[in-house]
Amino acid sequence: MFYRETGQFKQSYAADQAVFPILQDRIGLAIILLVAFVVVPLFGNEFLLASVMVPFLILSLGAIGINILVGYTGLLSLGSAAFMGVGAYSAYKLSTIFPGVNILVWILCSGFFAAGVGVLFGLPSLRIKGFYLAVATLAAQFFLQWCFVRISWLYNDNPSGAIEVPARTLFGIAITGPSATPVTRYLVVLAIVVVMTLLASNIVHGRIGRTWMAVRDMDIAAQLMGIRLLPAKLLAFAVSSFYCGVSGALMVFLWLGAAEPSAFDIKLSFLLLFMVIIGGLGSMIGSFFGAALIHILPIVIRMLPEALGLPIAAATVEHLTYLIVGGLIIFFLIVEPHGLARLWQIAKQKLRVWPFPY
Amino acid sequence: MNAASETLLSVDGVSLSFGGVKAITDVSFDIRKGEIRAIIGPNGAGKTSMLNVVNGFYHPQHGRITYKGKTRPRMRPYQAASQGIARTFQNVALFRGMTTLDNIMVGRTLKMHRGLFWQMLRYGPAMREEIEHRRVVEDIIDFLQIESIRKTPVGKLPYGLQKRVELGRALAMEPELLLLDEPMAGMNIEEKEDMCRYILDLNKHFGTTIALIEHDMGVVMDLSDRVVVLEYGHKIADGTPEVVKADPKVIEAYLGVGH
Ligand SMILES: Nc1ncnc2c1ncn2[C@@H]1O[C@H](COP(=O)(O)OP(=O)(O)OP(=O)(O)O)[C@@H](O)[C@H]1O
Ligand SMILES: [Mg+2]
Repeated sequence: MFYRETGQFKQSYAADQAVFPILQDRIGLAIILLVAFVVVPLFGNEFLLASVMVPFLILSLGAIGINILVGYTGLLSLGSAAFMGVGAYSAYKLSTIFPGVNILVWILCSGFFAAGVGVLFGLPSLRIKGFYLAVATLAAQFFLQWCFVRISWLYNDNPSGAIEVPARTLFGIAITGPSATPVTRYLVVLAIVVVMTLLASNIVHGRIGRTWMAVRDMDIAAQLMGIRLLPAKLLAFAVSSFYCGVSGALMVFLWLGAAEPSAFDIKLSFLLLFMVIIGGLGSMIGSFFGAALIHILPIVIRMLPEALGLPIAAATVEHLTYLIVGGLIIFFLIVEPHGLARLWQIAKQKLRVWPFPY
Repeated sequence: MNAASETLLSVDGVSLSFGGVKAITDVSFDIRKGEIRAIIGPNGAGKTSMLNVVNGFYHPQHGRITYKGKTRPRMRPYQAASQGIARTFQNVALFRGMTTLDNIMVGRTLKMHRGLFWQMLRYGPAMREEIEHRRVVEDIIDFLQIESIRKTPVGKLPYGLQKRVELGRALAMEPELLLLDEPMAGMNIEEKEDMCRYILDLNKHFGTTIALIEHDMGVVMDLSDRVVVLEYGHKIADGTPEVVKADPKVIEAYLGVGH
């Protein structure tokens, strides 16, 4: 009843080409932003901010990166964690070589390094597809992780082999390092993720996004439309890796505080891929749904027995978590390959015609 | 069409083989500006392969292609596209995950120039460009009478409509030479009539040159200015529909198919 587009006649193509053509969607978005920017920081406790929201947002950003490559362009990649690592290590190097420049500048710049490396490893994508491309990106994953371990220059010869985040400030307020409060870290991450999501959403709704999807759906026909496959695919690798890189840098600088090379291992690549598959391939909002499900659901499951007063051992809960999340992944692969985003679409469609079934 | 009109495309002695299979053997023909040129022949005659040679998917082992006065040994598909050759496929090759509107918008790709920076902002020049091309696409949608399926993902459309959307996508490129590979295959009578009307309209009002592969002889005879007949990769006849229809070799090739 309330989710209707009746009466909202688009007077111009501009209005219809908008990313959110329906008024209720725009209101919904405004409410979400208000809650995220005002309500959560005001009322959220430290646990919610530091352990739930910050990781959720950072993983969502990484998922968007992978979605651009896998979901929109149809190029399967298993090297995304390594590209995140490139972002993290380059942000670390830059911030220690040039400590005078604001850390946020370096976090965003690290995206360009990741993009460069991504393009390099994306070169084989012209010749190989699908499973074989996945194997080629796997090579990137192992090679880059090897670099993170072996090239001690990358972690400034730190004997522990880890990168430790220096304390840095923005307008005199600590945003990285131990003295940065969860609220500041949350707000910084939120601002970056919101802006970058907006930009990504613009890209995928315009010419470039259509080019990517054309390459994904039917590359022969795409070529016929005058699309050159290599530049289109490399651009997807570049943008995707940029997002992964920034996400990786944020992960180390504003979430973990320090990281060893193993933080960027193949497990993270798979985790992000699962998020995108469960959330919805080729959907911006799906990236957030997927990150929420993979990151937040286990936290909820872990807290449930205690909240309900059930005497279940912690180890059992841990196993249950794996079971449930694993089961969900299989469920989505079989039942709804378009992920949560599609369920969301269906729900909206139902709302539109409610109370009638059609 | 007047016989004096200039040649848009000419194919000279083209041979194409896949390993041992000879798909095309020493075929020559030309397409004049503004005509509807039919390519007919039994299954496996090499018709589709011929179109693939013309728009650069296949590179023939022998022969030359001259398009708009330029002779070339080989060409990439995107070069063909940028020089005004558009194409539909025998088996619909739409972008299945995208809507009708987006599919046709992809046809405008070559005419859109705003780069990543403006696309990212989707504002100012990028938005103006998007709207300008949306307008062109809406004209095509009107022309093909597919307004109601604008926002429908094409994978969900019935076959006949998919073929129509594919034509729309090709039209969005504003082609000089339009290659249609069995645009009416699998359609019912009404859909066929619609499709014929679109093809004639395009040719008459926009002067689009059309190369058409079609099995329905009635359609071919009605629509085309000239017909080239292939059989087992060889050209066996070439001329106006009347001449071709009376050719004994053609009658032989089509014997039992209603002639
Ligand atoms: N990519 C390919 N690899 C190998 N052989 C091919 C290829 N494409 C076409 N052929 C062969 O070339 C010959 C001509 O095929 P083509 O598709 O051009 O025929 P057609 O005239 O379009 O037939 P139809 O009416 O069935 O569409 C056939 O024998 C086919 O098997
Ligand atoms: Mg064919």
